[in-house]
Amino acid sequence: MKAFVAKFGIVATVVAGGAALGMLIPPATAQQRDPAYEQARAGGLVGEKPDGYLGFVVPPTPSIKALVDDLNIKRKALYTQRATEKAATVEQYAFTSGCNLIMQTRAGEKYQSPDGAWQTRGGGDPIRDSRCP
Amino acid sequence: MNSVQLTAKAKLASLPLMRKNCPELARLAWTGWMRRMKLAGSAIGLSAMLSGCVTVAAPDKPIVIELNINIKQEVVYRLADDAKQLIEQNAEIF
Repeated sequence: MKAFVAKFGIVATVVAGGAALGMLIPPATAQQRDPAYEQARAGGLVGEKPDGYLGFVVPPTPSIKALVDDLNIKRKALYTQRATEKAATVEQYAFTSGCNLIMQTRAGEKYQSPDGAWQTRGGGDPIRDSRCP
Repeated sequence: MNSVQLTAKAKLASLPLMRKNCPELARLAWTGWMRRMKLAGSAIGLSAMLSGCVTVAAPDKPIVIELNINIKQEVVYRLADDAKQLIEQNAEIF
């Protein structure tokens, strides 16, 4: 009986440990971008706009349009949630995110400058709205 | 609003001094009111007083335009850190 309890204890520990690890791993994998989206960004098909949403640099294929629309809807949902918490408007929050997102673009990726023209991110700072931090 | 009132407002609005600061406008409104009191009866005097009210509102005009730009730098600065966090926590959609 004692042996059983000890054995069971070890098993329980292993199971619990495994469960704990399992709980840690999924968010890490969920943080990855969809490969199709990553490819569209790298290929300059889509880019970051100053309003905090993704835009089409070239007319999109139906699949890219669906992908980007979905991401923009998810973004808007998050902006709305956080804007409410911070007592700001969705536009204000989205714009602030746009400032950050344009700054975070990697070299070669596209972003829209305040005049509405698509730019390719180079080595230096991107052209952003004067209100960006 | 009748045509007399509208005309009175237009005259006041066209004065270059209108575009200056508040005390200037207040003085202007007062002299306009006095002139109208001399020229016409109390009925027209009342309409001039009403247009005086409008001239008091006129300096607010640039402020109204400012409100239309609903994203101010101070708001952006206030939200910047939170927005950064949001992007980090939801990297898959950004």
